[in-house]
Amino acid sequence: MSIKKDHNRFRDIVKGRIKENFQKYLTQEEMIGKQEKEFVKIPIPRIKIPKFSYGPKQSGGVGQGQGEAGEGTGEAQSEDGKAGNSEGQHLTEVDVSIDDLAEILSEKLELPRIKPKGQQKITSEKTKYTGIAPIGPPGLRHFKRTYKETLKRSIATGTYSAKNPVLLPIKADYRYKSFKVVEEKQTQAAVIYIMDVSGSMGKEQKKIVRMTSFWINTWLKHNYKNIETEFIIHDAAARIVDEETFFSTSESGGTLISSAYKITEELLNKKYKTSEWNTYVFQFSDGDNWSGDDTKICIETLKKSFLPYVNLFGYGQVESRYGSGQYLKDLDKEFDGQENLVTSLIKDRMGIIEAIKAFLGKGN
Amino acid sequence: MIKLPQNLVEVQKQVIQVAKKCGLDFYDTVFEMVTYEQMNQIAAYGGFPVRYPHWRFGMEYEQLSKSYQYGLSKIYELVINNDPCYAYLLEGNSFVDQKLVIAHVYGHCDFFKNNMWFSQTNRKMMDVTANHATRIRRYMDRYGVDEVENFIDCCLSLENLIDRYSPYEAISYDLSKTEKEESSNINNKIFSDFRLKTSNPYMDRYINPPEILEREKNKFDQKKKEDQHYSFEKDVLKFLINEAPLESWQQDVLTIIREEAYYFAPQGMTKIMNEGWASYWHSKMMTEHLCTDAEIIDFAQAHSGTMAMSPTGFNPYKVGIELFRDIETRWNKGQFGKEWSECNDVQTKKHWNTRAGKGRERIFEIRRDYNDVTFIDEFLTEEFCVENKMFVYKFDKKTNQFVVDTRNFKAIKQKLLFQLTNFGQPTIHVADSNFENKGELLLSHAFEGIELQPDYMKETLSRLAQIWKRPVNLATVLDEKPHLVKLNEEGFHFKEINTK
Repeated sequence: MSIKKDHNRFRDIVKGRIKENFQKYLTQEEMIGKQEKEFVKIPIPRIKIPKFSYGPKQSGGVGQGQGEAGEGTGEAQSEDGKAGNSEGQHLTEVDVSIDDLAEILSEKLELPRIKPKGQQKITSEKTKYTGIAPIGPPGLRHFKRTYKETLKRSIATGTYSAKNPVLLPIKADYRYKSFKVVEEKQTQAAVIYIMDVSGSMGKEQKKIVRMTSFWINTWLKHNYKNIETEFIIHDAAARIVDEETFFSTSESGGTLISSAYKITEELLNKKYKTSEWNTYVFQFSDGDNWSGDDTKICIETLKKSFLPYVNLFGYGQVESRYGSGQYLKDLDKEFDGQENLVTSLIKDRMGIIEAIKAFLGKGN
Repeated sequence: MIKLPQNLVEVQKQVIQVAKKCGLDFYDTVFEMVTYEQMNQIAAYGGFPVRYPHWRFGMEYEQLSKSYQYGLSKIYELVINNDPCYAYLLEGNSFVDQKLVIAHVYGHCDFFKNNMWFSQTNRKMMDVTANHATRIRRYMDRYGVDEVENFIDCCLSLENLIDRYSPYEAISYDLSKTEKEESSNINNKIFSDFRLKTSNPYMDRYINPPEILEREKNKFDQKKKEDQHYSFEKDVLKFLINEAPLESWQQDVLTIIREEAYYFAPQGMTKIMNEGWASYWHSKMMTEHLCTDAEIIDFAQAHSGTMAMSPTGFNPYKVGIELFRDIETRWNKGQFGKEWSECNDVQTKKHWNTRAGKGRERIFEIRRDYNDVTFIDEFLTEEFCVENKMFVYKFDKKTNQFVVDTRNFKAIKQKLLFQLTNFGQPTIHVADSNFENKGELLLSHAFEGIELQPDYMKETLSRLAQIWKRPVNLATVLDEKPHLVKLNEEGFHFKEINTK
């Protein structure tokens, strides 16, 4: 149908509008925890061609029905926009998939693709024999297709006889298998998310953390298929949870960051051997650790087991009323200039987008 | 799209027969069955299978598809004013619904063919829109999709600034003729003006050499040309096509937009009448000729669905059909003319019946000569407003909702007429094309008591400025005071105009 083209064009415009106000949509809670193929409803200002028109609320109109003078007509807004709607209130809902939003996110932030460590590329090149070419090495000769060409030619020129079906290919008849270089997204990438769910993290802090990790996760999933993810939550003790729990649990208790690092270390050593995997670790916390001693242990672990192996270690710290925020300072002091460690302070919801930029923009 | 199934072809034949017997007169009508997806597409394209590429059609389509999916609306039928008329029926509707719709369509076809406001529309519009699509696609290939689309957006913002009555004023609009006469008068005058006086005719060719006279005349012409600027043009699009500094492809795009705007204009001018007329006839034909006994309940159900009223939604079907019926009754009983209007006795009026029997004849005249404005103005009666529970509503700032304002007949009529005049669009015309002698454009808003929506006004002006490529001005009323809005390179300027 020819409308499809116009419809796509309109969808593009809608995407552009979403991009403009992406900050607002990024911090919408109902999206958190959705899968990439799921759709979310996004209210955007109604797209309309501006014309000289009467201001709406002054105008009114003629209606039919019951009611005395002064009584409400029961409709605060009329549907057709003739009256009752002023710009700004006038929203229309569009369905957008989380996948599309991830796309918009990377356009909006101009996020580069994460470059993995060393010279390895996260996309690997593979040759695939899919095509047919008229030239090529003898070894790649395609017998069937060559035979067909010869047959076609000889029938066309009239030299073919069914009684004596001998076919002699000439140079132009030969066909060879040809290959295409296909970029394959490397699957050997693992992302580990660590979240502090201790008592010092307030409701809002947890929300911010979830939003940030949700969008990082969404974006990574969008760009790298079959990515492996692990979710760790911790207070004084840490445990591995599934995605759903990660985005919904709230606990309370003390904070021992090292507990989470221990599990991460184990994962890195056993499941995601850094010689075979590209690994990314993102940690979110309010920066409050139980003791300076624990921080020391953490820094040791980072130095010994994380940083030499992982592609990126991202630390996002939310500001909290109770947290000291010390951990960020400690990390910055200890690892100034370290390439694959990025820290970011997320002040409030508006800071989420900056944090994502800081984390995923790295690697260039 | 598929042709009608056999049982509906039979219905069509039957309807044609009945409609002709009733006196309806229509172009051949081609029916096609479409799926709801196709229906939504065609509706998004304003009834045509092919339109030029533009995102707003996609937007319409999305809205229509959504409201269909959510069960909020369903388009039963679409008719295009074309020769032959094309009508689309929705697949899967019940047999009685299809019957009703086919009868309704013939009502529209008759109206298209016979109402004078449609007399100037292009009856080969199907081909025209397809040609427009081809032309715009070609420009898009040549100048880029974005460039052309942006320009179309600009044009569409001004789409409502046409002079809806101009197609019917062909004679007075023949400017070239009057201009020529005027200029030849002036020419004579100039030749005599520049001629120096001489008493000896033989000296004349020395005192007034023709080349000098010619030079003087050219000078004058030049000056006249400079001075000449549009001082009043209601058709802003036509003005821009002729006067704005446009590339030839832009001129053509603007011409296309204008042509289509004029084609659709009569449909807006006769919404109440057109729907009323079609409803009147489908009802008449169904109940008197077409329905079997078993079908009548289904028909009544569907019919009353389309006639439903809502408090703030004005239903043109309902008002239209009731007005036509009212007129027919009045003219049948002779309730018109001098005697009727001079009679003050309520009882006499109530039982007034001269058995004039002119109802049918009268409504056929009305469908030929009237548009919504004149229709309402002449035939909306106080009794009718009471009968149909009509009222004026307004927005109440205190309660933030619409409330019933009054049931006063005069107020209702005035409000309705105002809404219909120029389609409830503000009337804005070109007032000066060389404003303050700086080549700026001045538009003037004929203020009728309601101010313009400010944000739309600004956006529209900036789009106009993209076309005019010089500062643009608009004289209008803001915050209850006359203002001059100027848009130049620095932005918007609002200046209050002192009226003494």
